[in-house]
Amino acid sequence: MTLTLRIWRQPGPDAPGRMTPYRVPGVSPDMSFLEVLDTLNERLAQDGEEPVAFDNDCREGICGACGVVIDGQAHGPERTTACQLHMRHFEDGATIDVEPWRAGAFPVVRDLVVDRSALDRVIGAGGYVTAPTGSAPDAHAVPVPKPAADTAFDNAECIGCGACVAACPNGSAMLFTAAKVVHLNALPQGEPERESRVLDMVGRMDDEGFGGCTNTGECATACPKGIPLASIATMNREYLRAARRRPGR
Amino acid sequence: MSTDGTGFRVGEPLTDSAAPDGPIAERWRRRRFEAKLVSPANRRRHTVIVVGTGLAGGAAGATLAEQGYRVVQFCFQDSPRRAHSVAAQGGINAAKDYRNDGDSVQRLFYDTVKGGDFRSRESNVYRLAEVSVEIIDQCVAQGVPFAREYGGLLDTRSFGGVQVARTFYARGQTGQQLLLGAYQALSRQIAAGRVEMHPRTEMLDLIVVDGRARGIVARDLVTGRVDAYFADAVVLASGGYGNVFHLSTNAKNSNATAVWRAHRRGAYFANPCFTQIHPTCIPRSGAHQSKLTLMSESLRNDGRIWVPRRAGDGRAPGEIPEEERDYYLERLYPAFGNMVPRDIASRAAKNVCDEGRGVGPGGQGVYLDFADALARLGRDAVAERYGNLFEMYERITAEDPYGVPMRIYPAIHYTMGGLWVDYDLQTTVPGLFAIGEANFSDHGANRLGASALMQGLADGYFVLPATLGDYLARGAAAGALGEVGHDHPAVHEAVFAVTDRLYALLSNNGDRTPESFHRELGALLWDACGMSRTEGGLRRARERILELHAGFWERVRVPGGGEQLNQSLEQANRVADYFELADLMCRDALHREESCGGHFREESRTPEGEAQRDDERFGYVAAWEFTGPGVPPVLHREQLAFAYVHPTQRSYQ
Repeated sequence: MTLTLRIWRQPGPDAPGRMTPYRVPGVSPDMSFLEVLDTLNERLAQDGEEPVAFDNDCREGICGACGVVIDGQAHGPERTTACQLHMRHFEDGATIDVEPWRAGAFPVVRDLVVDRSALDRVIGAGGYVTAPTGSAPDAHAVPVPKPAADTAFDNAECIGCGACVAACPNGSAMLFTAAKVVHLNALPQGEPERESRVLDMVGRMDDEGFGGCTNTGECATACPKGIPLASIATMNREYLRAARRRPGR
Repeated sequence: MSTDGTGFRVGEPLTDSAAPDGPIAERWRRRRFEAKLVSPANRRRHTVIVVGTGLAGGAAGATLAEQGYRVVQFCFQDSPRRAHSVAAQGGINAAKDYRNDGDSVQRLFYDTVKGGDFRSRESNVYRLAEVSVEIIDQCVAQGVPFAREYGGLLDTRSFGGVQVARTFYARGQTGQQLLLGAYQALSRQIAAGRVEMHPRTEMLDLIVVDGRARGIVARDLVTGRVDAYFADAVVLASGGYGNVFHLSTNAKNSNATAVWRAHRRGAYFANPCFTQIHPTCIPRSGAHQSKLTLMSESLRNDGRIWVPRRAGDGRAPGEIPEEERDYYLERLYPAFGNMVPRDIASRAAKNVCDEGRGVGPGGQGVYLDFADALARLGRDAVAERYGNLFEMYERITAEDPYGVPMRIYPAIHYTMGGLWVDYDLQTTVPGLFAIGEANFSDHGANRLGASALMQGLADGYFVLPATLGDYLARGAAAGALGEVGHDHPAVHEAVFAVTDRLYALLSNNGDRTPESFHRELGALLWDACGMSRTEGGLRRARERILELHAGFWERVRVPGGGEQLNQSLEQANRVADYFELADLMCRDALHREESCGGHFREESRTPEGEAQRDDERFGYVAAWEFTGPGVPPVLHREQLAFAYVHPTQRSYQ
């Protein structure tokens, strides 16, 4: 296959960026989208040009490092990560637009790389169970009903890639935050911090400059791990419950 | 010091001076009791650098900070949550005996020593088995969503090389869930100001002052700024070096630079040739391939491995009748069948493919067939156990494993070698500790399934936090941990060495990309030092590696500048270290004239063709000392003693 990639090139955070077209021949349908970028970069480097910067690491769809908007969709047309998106889903001769995540809370670092550290700070605000090491009770001391364990797991699968933020017209991180709140609040281990967790995480999310949620649902459509939209409703319920019980926080 | 004549010198034997003696079940308790403590009020006066945020590093950073130390932590990813531990699929072992199937600390210890082909230390492995129980408790308390039964209790499954079900798991994403547990604990400490986190920052050298590790030199990958960071102790949790092979199951950016630069500063490198080859990876599909993807070993619980009986049988799998299939693992190893350990399963797959019975493009594959399991359990039950793995397989290969058997082939997965550490996890440089895959200590020559996660978390949550305090307390008491600053000559020297090398890479006016060198080196190493090794092959590979290394510094070309995000520069800098490491791996493989775990020397095999160990001559850890570029390294042997598990020929028949 031969493709034309129109890629967002931006040398640095404050430099202007623009879409730049590149012709990439020799694309195999078995390649992942990132392997196409590798192929292009190898040629650019060979010619002494600067390769396209993009984040990637595990290439197994689990680390959450990769993330580009492909033809207007976060991670492209299939519901997966860019590293697991294979070229058999594209037509020979196609022109494909490749852009970074665009959101107020995710400043561009270079080309397709953005700074997602705001998500780490949302976790730091309460996305954990305060469990000191070394003296935990026996794991069987607290049984967890299977439905609760399954709900927790379904939400714990979030890889923190930021596709939900990129897909949201408001640049909201509600799905990301909800995934962690629902994961931990579903478990008995998360119960003692149930209220402070949701209040602090939502507060932090707002402080980081993520937009509000207007129930568009694009986030859940783009999520490569299938975090359900219903998690946002659950988080809203948790938030109202906590706010009622702990007014003034 | 004597000369051996094969490209290295033999130095003084090495002993683990921190290892306690006495009954093995008492040793860890005694070591902890005898360790000097740092009082809570004094801990905040100590700074500890932790490099890496995977299971070992994340757990260590969170725990040390919680104990009250000031932690300065680094990772090259944009977030500590992305460390490669996140990709581990199958599970984590623990001797809980929740299944009442006869498991115990003793049995986990036994399985691990035997599985490691008697090249690990008994004391370390016993401690690992003991601590495994606490790890599960710790992770459950953190909210890690392990698989559960309907009654609310934890579910377990079985893994290769063992006959009990001691593996705890979270669907096929156990590593992700354990890592997120550690990351969340670490995030809490970062938010509290007790961990100073430097993401997108890569360690490029170790600072050694008066013989002690006192800091690192690191480069901010976004601004290019190279700076020195100081501490009372340095912990390397920087993972393994499997990416030296170019194609492996490692994340693209996993690399050997942190441990290699520490090795150049005096830390011995142990057993570099012990590389684990994982039997169940998706076969490569073409030359474009950037990495290999692993399918969890747990699939072998329900999948049956076979190839056609006849070489060159080109029929579709469904058209090959039962009697014309060879379920070769079940045939050769009836007691363990498809669950034999990784090295045995990998070699058996290579053998049938070498006989021309491999399947798929290029004949480099064997079938992993779920037809029996689907008939026995039904599609829903299979999907519940392995659904995400099946989806992943289909996404990559465009084949539906519910309908046709998966194709798998072995690939480089985990490195058992690493920096030599004593029982306290301290390297030969005082104050420099290595934990998780970055050290060599617990797995021996081969790693059983679900034991890497166990070791990473054991080191990070439990072992290091106990032994590091002893070092700090003794060092502070001896007045050896005074101030070190930017004006120290050793710091100048290290910073200069780093910037000089970066400049050399950027200013080289060559014509080849770093990637092209990495590919060539990787292919060379896979052929000569991969699934099987011969003396001739290793000797030829060493010559070629030296040529390629010289060619690298003549011909490499790195576009762009140093004061910006420059991924080509990062890669070139890492590949430069791979040449030196690859050479040491080949030397180590060459000198070890026995077959052992993942190290299969074709000259050393039993009449049945299995690996033949030589305990008499090689029952030791090979710890290599760096003595200068181009100078033969020095081999220090640490003799291993087995008082509790008597070495026997490993047999799984």
